[in-house]
Amino acid sequence: MTEIIDQTTPTPVLRLEDIVKTFPGVRALDGVSLTILPGEVHALMGENGAGKSTLMKVLGGIHQPDEGQIIVAEQPVVMSGPLDAKAKGIVFIHQELSLADELSVAENIYLGELPHKRFGLVDWAELEAKTNAILEKLKVGFNAKTRVGDLSIANQQMVEIARALTVDAKAVIFDEPTASLTDAEKVVLFEVISDLQEQGVGIAYISHRMEEIFKITDRISVLRDGQYQGTVNTADTNEENVTQMMIGRKLDLSRNEAHHELGEVALEVRGLSCGSLFEDVNFEVRRGEVVGFYGLVGAGRTEIAETLFGLRNPTSGSIFLDGAEVAITSPHDAIERGISLVPEDRKGQGLVLGMNCRDNMTLPQVDDLKAGPFVADGAEIAIFDQYRDKLDIRTPGWKQLVGNLSGGNQQKIVIGKWLSMRPNVLIVDEPTRGIDVGSKAEIHNLLRDLAAQGYAVIVISSEMPEVLHVADRIVAMYSGRIMRTFTSEEVTEENLIAAISGLNTEKVA
Amino acid sequence: MQVGKLSKYLAGGAIWGFIVLELIFFSVAGEFFSVSDKAFMDADNMLLLLKQSAPIGIIAMGMTIVMVNGNIDLSVGAIYAICAIILLDSMTWTMFAGLGNWVIPVAWCLALLTGLVLGAINGLIVWKTGVDAFIVTLGSMLGYRGLVFMYNGEQPTSHLNWTLVDFAEAQFLGLHTATWFLLVVTVAIWFLMNRTVHGRNAYAIGNNREAAVNAGIRVGPHMMINFMIIGFLAALSAVVFYSESGSVNPNDGQLYELWVITAVVLGGTKLTGGAGSIVSTFGGVIAIQLLRKGLAHIGADTSTVNLVIGLILIAVLFLDRQLNVKGKEELKV
Ligand SMILES: Nc1ncnc2c1ncn2[C@@H]1O[C@H](COP(=O)(O)OP(=O)(O)OP(=O)(O)O)[C@@H](O)[C@H]1O
Ligand SMILES: [Mg+2]
Repeated sequence: MTEIIDQTTPTPVLRLEDIVKTFPGVRALDGVSLTILPGEVHALMGENGAGKSTLMKVLGGIHQPDEGQIIVAEQPVVMSGPLDAKAKGIVFIHQELSLADELSVAENIYLGELPHKRFGLVDWAELEAKTNAILEKLKVGFNAKTRVGDLSIANQQMVEIARALTVDAKAVIFDEPTASLTDAEKVVLFEVISDLQEQGVGIAYISHRMEEIFKITDRISVLRDGQYQGTVNTADTNEENVTQMMIGRKLDLSRNEAHHELGEVALEVRGLSCGSLFEDVNFEVRRGEVVGFYGLVGAGRTEIAETLFGLRNPTSGSIFLDGAEVAITSPHDAIERGISLVPEDRKGQGLVLGMNCRDNMTLPQVDDLKAGPFVADGAEIAIFDQYRDKLDIRTPGWKQLVGNLSGGNQQKIVIGKWLSMRPNVLIVDEPTRGIDVGSKAEIHNLLRDLAAQGYAVIVISSEMPEVLHVADRIVAMYSGRIMRTFTSEEVTEENLIAAISGLNTEKVA
Repeated sequence: MQVGKLSKYLAGGAIWGFIVLELIFFSVAGEFFSVSDKAFMDADNMLLLLKQSAPIGIIAMGMTIVMVNGNIDLSVGAIYAICAIILLDSMTWTMFAGLGNWVIPVAWCLALLTGLVLGAINGLIVWKTGVDAFIVTLGSMLGYRGLVFMYNGEQPTSHLNWTLVDFAEAQFLGLHTATWFLLVVTVAIWFLMNRTVHGRNAYAIGNNREAAVNAGIRVGPHMMINFMIIGFLAALSAVVFYSESGSVNPNDGQLYELWVITAVVLGGTKLTGGAGSIVSTFGGVIAIQLLRKGLAHIGADTSTVNLVIGLILIAVLFLDRQLNVKGKEELKV
């Protein structure tokens, strides 16, 4: 399938023609074509595992295509590796952070091509000057010498993005750049993109967030199961059509409102503080209730979750489960007491990338699945199958290494892992980061279903539509403190934003 | 912020604090237990200590870069022994008979070249097969040691060249030849790791290999170069030591890999790669030598020394871990 371009369009900066790429057991790309024009933002959409990242990795020289051609400025080329791709003007901002966290910001931005003088001596002055120029454009609050490991995830993402500005790029690929950015940083990113656009750079943009796609892109190409579904002008289409192209059916986005009675208070927190991370936190969660925690990144939400899960020791305050005060000193404790945490950083905290799907999913409960001294294989596979179906996890089989799954499917494995523990209190931290619209709706429904079944659910999210959609009550946090708690009736976008920015809340209250 | 800075400073400088503690302890304890009437901190004693640190210290510098790179080299002790044999034996070869004292630089070059080649073999295998460096160098440790025994059986290899001995025993500006070698190597490797592209890439590879590959860094060649560096330094260490002693036993250099790794780890280099500093490794080397010498000074025997060093290694790493965990509690910017 090739796409037809009329005569008036300018010469494309690059074209991909009939790309085929297979991995053992998966045909990740099956004859995909894509044309990127100068100065356009071209969205690439598709479900988790559709092949978006793979296509971009082929373009970025990380994978070699089995079939098909890459054409840059009307010349067929072979991308022998990432540096080669960069030399040809193609910059790739990775979906998963690809940083060395012991090194400085500057060294990471210029990783693989540190400016140097004779004898391979690094030219520190030049490195710093160039980096600072880029950082200034990005309006970030750190400098060239900061150690990347000391940055928040969002700022680390900004370091990745800074790489796009190091060369005279012809095309820049952004693979889910906003997955961990806050709203303020997104604005900066979009400015960067529009600057690049004005310079005639072609941009490939992968995201699962519809509102972004419709805000900044010019055209949308859709992949489904490795197959090219077509390209449309963003102006001529709408969310519904794109979703239909992506998943091949209509999506029911209505909220599961099946009314159920709220039960007893399952979790209560009184005066909980942890150093400078958060202070005097009070809230409760009933059985059957979904409580959303909304706030800017760094507001202390994740830290509260980690404290409840025994990863941090609170400096003061108390935690009650089913009315009884408990001390949770380790994750083991927390699991025993029926608390599960789906962490925000799936790669670092949620998964053993070198282990297969099944083993990852049953990891916290292998102890309980024993048949005699051995692990019961059959029981493990049964659990895996159940949650694979429930969450629609795309993998050739349980034997696949988790590291080889697409980003979204990795996230689903983590969620499945903790759901399979059948916890009393389920805490999910950014549950739909990097998840496609279809599965996102499924996960939202699932969370509400779980609540209906009597679980107490806490959802931490930086996406306002998400908290508004799933939560019965919303706790707004700012700088380590709870500013206000909203019921779903009283909440509006305005008063929620006011609360999380630390603005005077009296007025809205 | 304050707390974080302090703990970071402590974590980085822990080894120097430890050295100061050792000095104080042995000076005081020496007053009571020492068999000699000399003070522990006597200048000659300290100069000797530096000299004695050189064989382990020179190799430790290479080990730091290899470990920062995410690898390890267990074969250094065996390489050390082979190079020592080459050094001493080659001076007796008939083909060099006419060279007079010019045989010395020739023997040195031969020994150093041998180290370079043996290191390159390690590096090439790690690069081309993708097998873990631990396994590869475990194999080459056994293999290279086998070569040592094949050379001369259980017999020591000896040759004394007095010019060479004079050179090795010389003192320049108060410091012994061996100390000078240690200092020059330390500075050179520090420079390599902190100022060159190769060094920075080695950090990146050890820290996050996938990110390095994604950035187009060619991982294999960098690793091979580092194995050549450590091979070369193992040879240099042998050259420095045996120029003076003039006799190699086939078991010489055994357990050197462990002493070297202990020094490097004490200095704070991560076993998983990506972090470590040459200056701290230097501290680690001195700390171990102080401990060995200090314990001997107060009359402890070798087995006690080993026990104490083992305990201290674990204690220091535990402390380091505690300090680093504290640092994590900070809110990230
Ligand atoms: N290195 C690999 N080995 C084996 N299979 C792979 C590998 N990389 C990707 N795949 C498979 O190829 C398919 C496409 O994956 P890809 O990462 O391109 O998806 P994606 O569209 O980017 O999804 P997401 O939105 O979740 O990021 C998936 O089925 C994935 O499991
Ligand atoms: Mg992807």
